[in-house]
Amino acid sequence: MKPELNIRTEEIEKGSSLGRDAWLRLKKNSLAMVSLWFFIAVTLICYLGPLLPGVPDPNVTHPDLQSMAPFSEGTSMEGQEVYYLLGSDHLGRDIFSRILYGGRVSLAVGFLATAVSLTIGVIYGAVAGFLGGRTDSFMMRIVDILYALPFMIVVIILTTYFGNNLWLLFVCIGAVEWLTMARIVRGQVNSLKNQEFVEAARSLGLSNWRIISRHLIPNTIGPVIVYTTLTVPAVMRLEAILSFLGLGVQPPDASWGSLIKEGADRMASDPGLLIYPAIVFGLTLFSLNFLGDGLRDALDPKSSKD
Amino acid sequence: MKTAVYILSRLAQSIFALLCIVTITFFLARLAPGGPFLEEKAVPAHLMAQMNAKYGFDKPLPVQYALYLSRLVRGDLGPSFGNKGFSVNEVIAEGFPVSLFLGIIGLIIALIIGVPVGVFAAAKRNTATDYGLMTLAMIGICLPTFVIAPLLGEIFALKLGWFDVALWEDSTAWFLGALTLGLYYSAYIARLTRGSMLDVLSQDFIRTAKAKGVAPAKVLFKHAFRGGITPVVAYLGPALAGLIGGSFVVETVFGLPGLGQHFIKAATNRDYWLINGTVTVFAILILFMNFLVDVIQAWLDPRTRSRD
Repeated sequence: MKPELNIRTEEIEKGSSLGRDAWLRLKKNSLAMVSLWFFIAVTLICYLGPLLPGVPDPNVTHPDLQSMAPFSEGTSMEGQEVYYLLGSDHLGRDIFSRILYGGRVSLAVGFLATAVSLTIGVIYGAVAGFLGGRTDSFMMRIVDILYALPFMIVVIILTTYFGNNLWLLFVCIGAVEWLTMARIVRGQVNSLKNQEFVEAARSLGLSNWRIISRHLIPNTIGPVIVYTTLTVPAVMRLEAILSFLGLGVQPPDASWGSLIKEGADRMASDPGLLIYPAIVFGLTLFSLNFLGDGLRDALDPKSSKD
Repeated sequence: MKTAVYILSRLAQSIFALLCIVTITFFLARLAPGGPFLEEKAVPAHLMAQMNAKYGFDKPLPVQYALYLSRLVRGDLGPSFGNKGFSVNEVIAEGFPVSLFLGIIGLIIALIIGVPVGVFAAAKRNTATDYGLMTLAMIGICLPTFVIAPLLGEIFALKLGWFDVALWEDSTAWFLGALTLGLYYSAYIARLTRGSMLDVLSQDFIRTAKAKGVAPAKVLFKHAFRGGITPVVAYLGPALAGLIGGSFVVETVFGLPGLGQHFIKAATNRDYWLINGTVTVFAILILFMNFLVDVIQAWLDPRTRSRD
């Protein structure tokens, strides 16, 4: 008679995926979780908020309702009731509404450029790492050379080409931002490509491209996610700097950067103009950076804490 | 001998990289839509042709490129279309020292604050001190320079009156500018130092030293510091590049006559030679910094030399 073993084999087989493990670890990190929910909330409010009735047009000016205090109400010349949640600026525009619309631009630009840099960086890095040898050193030498270009200056030059189209500009900024991503992915792929599962895939007769796209890239996902989370705030900062220098969003349109610029110009007379957008912007970057740190700890247990 | 070969090969790489950058910027500028003369509206065709001829824009592109290179080698960056009567050399000679000065002072401030904070946080890892310092560093990273700069100006110049609000000549506003830049990068450097110090502190030789009864402070500064500081040294090149870019913002806020204003104007006016000249000068600076950093690193950590 066989002894009866009470082992549920399917559970062993199923194991615990990297993603599940990481999610469980991330959930324990309260700072990262607060950051995650905060970021989701800010994004939703910026995109869905303006759809609600009662949120005024961000570009409508009310010459007679200038620099109103927060939570104040006024009647415009046209006899329209206006309620200012965060007050109004020097042209009578609603600050709250401008922050929402500005957030749409800032966030969208951050996502867009990051998506572009992610695509280029991951593919470039994976191809270089997989092919190895001369091709690899040639491709990475190109990255080294591009690294020596002063980034801020390249971006300012790009504005001369695409200054009138913000979206195109940020597609191009994404196309400049991919260098670090390529280096990370290349390092990962380089260390993965000699492992057995790649050999197995090769012995099955899979094409190089299929091995790269289906077997290698998914295995680099951890560091890539972390770096992506840190790229979004970096691009948002860049957009803000460009808008601050007058090269980004053109008035009357707003982004968080241009709002901070307007606020900084009138800091002494109306500090709210600077403080509100700066707080929202700062907290959003804060949350993304903390989320990135938390993800690094969650996805790469080796490097976490000590 | 091995070190000399390494240094020479790094030097050759830097020069090659510079050539690539010069080539890229030349063709970017020449192939861009519009031209430096488009600003002056309604220029008669024959005048336009004359101007193009004067600056050699009528020649075939490869010839222009060759002429451009030969000028560059002689150190001539060409005329500045946006600043009539000035050469690019003159514009850069006026603004670059200001930007470089701000960048270097900013870097020094960043190191003076960032490295000790990082080492201290690593020594006190996972305590309230550590978390407090790192949260502070995170705030420093998230608050953009263009928020810090006006705030510092408001507090230290307008309210306390310790510094001047703006301008360069006989003015102390530059210190606020450098401080803004330094604070921002000190936050990065603190995080970087903490991370790499923790890496080193978890290694076996540190445990051995501790087991032998070496004093904790000596372990920290004598054994761990040299290895822990290496990534910070590697970061100095990119940091200086970033600092100079960041100084454009600070120059705007404090009205400092650096390259920033000229460069932004050049970019909007398609003042090609000024754009290219600025990029070339900055690229030389960054390549030189990276080269220097590699040499210092090879000296700090002999393992790097055998990498290539």
